Amino acid sequence: MRHFEYSRPTSLADAQKILREDPEAKALAGGQSLLPVLRMRLAAPTRLVDLQDIRELRGVSVRGRTVSIAAMTTHAEIGESADVQRAAAGLAMLAGGVGDPMVRNMGTIGGAVANNDPAADYPGGLLGLDAVVVTTGRRIAAADFFTGLYETALEAGELVTAVEFNAPRRAAYAKFRHPASGFAIVGAFVAETDKGPRVAITGAGATAFRVPAYEQALARSFRPESLAGVSAEFDSLNSDRHAPAEYRASLIPEMVRRALVLALQS
Amino acid sequence: MTKSFKLRVNGQELEVDVPENTLLSDLLRAELDLTGTHRGCDTAQCGACTVHLDGRAVKSCNVLAHQAAGKSVTTIEGLGGAPDRLHPVQQAFREFHALQCGFCTPGMVMSALDILRRHPEADEDVVRAELDGNLCRCTGYDNIVKAIVHAGQVMRR
Amino acid sequence: MPQNWIGQSVKRVEDFRFLTGQGQYVDDIVLPRMCFGVVVMSPHAHARIRSIDATAAKAAPGVLCVLTGSDALRDKLGGMPPLFMPEDRGGPKGYRTLRPALVHDKVRCVGDRVAFIVAETADQARDAADLLDVDYDILPATVSVEDASRPGAPAVHDDNPSNQCCAVAFGDKAAVDSAFAGAARIVSLKLVSNRLNACPIEPRCTLGSYSAADDRYVLYTGSQNPHGVRRMLSANVFHEPETKFQVISPDVGGGFGMKSDAYPEDALVLWASKVCGRPVKWVASRLESFLGDHHGRDQVVTGEMALSKDGRILGVRVRSMHAVGAYVVSAAVAPIVFSMRFVPSLYDVRAFHAMNIGVFTNTAPLSVYRGAGRPEAIFLIERLMDTAAAEMGIDRVEIRRRNLIRPDQMPYTTQAGFVYDSGDFERLLDECLELADWSGYETRRIETERRGLRRGRSVTPLVELSGVYSDQMSLRFDPSGAVTILAGTHSHGQGHATVFTQLVSEWLGVPFESVRYIQGDTDKVHFGRGTYAARSSMIGGCALRMAADSIIAKATPVAAHLLCLQPEDVEFRKGRFVTASGKSVSMTEVARASYQMMGMPPELAVGLEATGSWGAEPPNFPNGCHICEVELDPVTGTVRVDRYTAVDDVGRALNPMICEGQIVGGVAQGIGQALKEQIVYDPESGQLLSGSFMDYALPRAEDMPAFRLKLMEIPCKTNPLGVKGVAESGTIASTAAVMNAVLDALRPLGVKHLDMPATPARVWAALQAAREGVGK
Repeated sequence: MRHFEYSRPTSLADAQKILREDPEAKALAGGQSLLPVLRMRLAAPTRLVDLQDIRELRGVSVRGRTVSIAAMTTHAEIGESADVQRAAAGLAMLAGGVGDPMVRNMGTIGGAVANNDPAADYPGGLLGLDAVVVTTGRRIAAADFFTGLYETALEAGELVTAVEFNAPRRAAYAKFRHPASGFAIVGAFVAETDKGPRVAITGAGATAFRVPAYEQALARSFRPESLAGVSAEFDSLNSDRHAPAEYRASLIPEMVRRALVLALQS
Repeated sequence: MTKSFKLRVNGQELEVDVPENTLLSDLLRAELDLTGTHRGCDTAQCGACTVHLDGRAVKSCNVLAHQAAGKSVTTIEGLGGAPDRLHPVQQAFREFHALQCGFCTPGMVMSALDILRRHPEADEDVVRAELDGNLCRCTGYDNIVKAIVHAGQVMRR
Repeated sequence: MPQNWIGQSVKRVEDFRFLTGQGQYVDDIVLPRMCFGVVVMSPHAHARIRSIDATAAKAAPGVLCVLTGSDALRDKLGGMPPLFMPEDRGGPKGYRTLRPALVHDKVRCVGDRVAFIVAETADQARDAADLLDVDYDILPATVSVEDASRPGAPAVHDDNPSNQCCAVAFGDKAAVDSAFAGAARIVSLKLVSNRLNACPIEPRCTLGSYSAADDRYVLYTGSQNPHGVRRMLSANVFHEPETKFQVISPDVGGGFGMKSDAYPEDALVLWASKVCGRPVKWVASRLESFLGDHHGRDQVVTGEMALSKDGRILGVRVRSMHAVGAYVVSAAVAPIVFSMRFVPSLYDVRAFHAMNIGVFTNTAPLSVYRGAGRPEAIFLIERLMDTAAAEMGIDRVEIRRRNLIRPDQMPYTTQAGFVYDSGDFERLLDECLELADWSGYETRRIETERRGLRRGRSVTPLVELSGVYSDQMSLRFDPSGAVTILAGTHSHGQGHATVFTQLVSEWLGVPFESVRYIQGDTDKVHFGRGTYAARSSMIGGCALRMAADSIIAKATPVAAHLLCLQPEDVEFRKGRFVTASGKSVSMTEVARASYQMMGMPPELAVGLEATGSWGAEPPNFPNGCHICEVELDPVTGTVRVDRYTAVDDVGRALNPMICEGQIVGGVAQGIGQALKEQIVYDPESGQLLSGSFMDYALPRAEDMPAFRLKLMEIPCKTNPLGVKGVAESGTIASTAAVMNAVLDALRPLGVKHLDMPATPARVWAALQAAREGVGK
């Protein structure tokens, strides 16, 4: 890694000030995605701003049916949270399967969301929950937040502070893992929300996407049988040696079915 | 081009002074001579570098030393253990022949402790799933899984 | 204290150091004033080096020296030859290469070593490496064995346009042609064994220190064979006597054959240390490991089997090509030979002819990787057997049973020139069928299908060879009466310190805890050949037996003297020197007495020590039968090994726990080859596409099945311990076992052939093709 300075502010305001003053500085959440990038010398920030001491960025809170997960909450904390398990078992399931146990002890929802790795799990989950990404500047609907390959709607210096969503009636996540990296080749998040069924796919495309054809089918009846014979077109799916595009296309309906079965069991 | 900070390593308060881009694994191995934590890959996948940070298993090659400032790190050396006073996990590894070349072993042991902390009654299926972040090329894992399940039983007594 | 140590599952004495993080691997070693080296590796698969401008690199912060191929020529460093070529054993002459420590004329693979940069820190060396200006003239590359062996393919070595490294042939062509002419059935398969990397969790690491004061080179290297490294460096690279070199292989984190010989880096750190005047350490990153380790397998083979109408093998014919890579290194010829000679396996094959060509390609050199050609051989014969069974409608167990060599045929000379001394192959088959509950399969299959999956199974008999090269082991008592084992073999996970101590403790009647074990240091152990090819239980164990016998012979007159008798009145029994009168004395007491300052007869030597040797002619033939059951998801293509049963004849199980550990570890690697692993080069550019664990899928805990194991002991007739090796059998059978089980599951779905690795995407694609009627 190239050299960089390191700050560990204790307030969000301090963090934002440092980032404002140095446009080449980067926020450091759990580091599980950022550090490999730095080790491969694919990025060379001048400074890392470690957010771990900012108390307002930690924790899960539930008010009524609204669940709020602060950005620096780790995947392990989310997966183990009784609140999340009760309110959105599907998200607990998703968080409990991110990476491996060591990654989960450091990696954070805010970091994963801000990075928008195409094979990350949260973007599918957030789309499927109709979640809102709360930042230091505004509230952005998930559908507007994930804009492209490793791209989000975040502006320079803008930090994710929390993810909010209304607890779905039920939800589940099923992931087909890359045999080497363990990342999602196809991850399907299926939820029954206030606004109807949501089917969100991660791993298969440049960024997570919903499948309206499946959602409409499930709106008639939230059961696997509703998906029989429903075809959906998938354009520009990711394609590589381990999982060509046509293979991912075939995995999508299967992973949706599995997530649906899990959702119905919960 | 260095910065000093305090942290606790294996119960001992230390002040270290290392460049900001130092990995925790390098702090442990190169600065503190705690060479029991090993490096086996570049992409934070093999788990040979697993240590505990504030009681939770992390990959020390994927954590900056400075991220550990003010925190407590436990490495394999911190488990202590004389030949007749091994931790139940270490003892179980020996009894079940859960190590061959020994290179992945410190990471496996530290991971096993974290698994059993979260799943005190872990059975083989749980252990296999939880060992997702630890690679072994020698043993074929079978004895490692059995050792961890057994250690859990011993620790519950 | 129990006398019977041999055959007990004694817990390992090695474990404490590893469990407490006190292992000493090469990267744990710090020498005063140590600096760090980085290798500049070629980014091109094939290119001439026009020039190297090291000005910027030399001026970079912390840099101590920059060494290139021309420096190596100037300093007269020699290249590394392979350990042997077929012509060294009476075979046809091949093209022998000398692999330079640093290339000067052209690079022949991505990862070829171009320069070595030493700096105060590894980071500084890496930064300087980025500044090295190498002007390459890129040449077309040839990557696959098939491409490289076509006329007109780019020549990896300019004066060898055929790209042929060597050719070997075994058997009798006329006999085979005749057998095929009279066959009721001919089965033919073209198979590929995928290229692999051993991937021990510890990457290669080497630390060199030249002492000008002593004019001596000290090398710490993570090797399976420190004496072999010493010999290669002294005789071939530095042209200086071996006595000037000390090579130490301390704790080594796995080898699997890949670490069995010297690498350019071993020469580079010593050379750089001499140039810079300081110790130099080099540690491979995982990417550098993928680029620079000796790879394994990479074979394309066509096998044909001629059968009678009742499924008896009349003849087997094999035509094969094995990739050699950019240079022929180490024991690369071993898999080229073994992959042919073991095709007949343990079947009564009366006519056999096999030809294998080692082909140079613009890829990393290949050499031995666990099994070294035997996995390829067993894979071929067992795929042929299952194919014959399916095509002829004969039960797959039955067709094997009909062809197994029978005990009354022992000793059996195979058409490939091996003499099997012992083995009850049909008995092992039956034991395995029983242990695996072969007859209860249908119930399991129905249950599997109830869950929407498909089930498949296979039965895989195997035979292989263990014990190559002679070796020696020494026993040396100290004045306190304690004995030290000095081992020429090298344990890097196999538990030798424990097993050899078991042997010595029982043979000599000395307390287990008092036995010390030393290996891996050429200054302490006079000579050895290291550990690979499952050699150590026989070669090391029997050499130790010879040393123990010699100890007893030397100690007897000392014991007699202590007992005031003649040597012929004294007998060594159960650890004590006993007499008719009942007086006795222990080995420990005798050893102490041998160091007495005064009072011993002058003809008795001071001290008690002995060296024993054993050779590999004849080798032993481990054998077994493995049964595998898999579950396959036809929707996603995922294969999971559900059950794995292994019955292995190890001759004599010195430590059953360690034997079983070797088998399970070996099976894991075969599962990896069958389902997950592949080193991939771009077929045009020769770029390595699989350079990390993000891409190269090592098996994880979840990939492993439930095991049922049984060790059989049919003593080897040709060595005094009766042992047969155990360390490679798991890998040798499992690739075939898993693939045949996968194909068994796929056959009803219309898939008849699938190359390895059988990843989910590939299985899915094969199922798709079958559905569309395109399958073979």
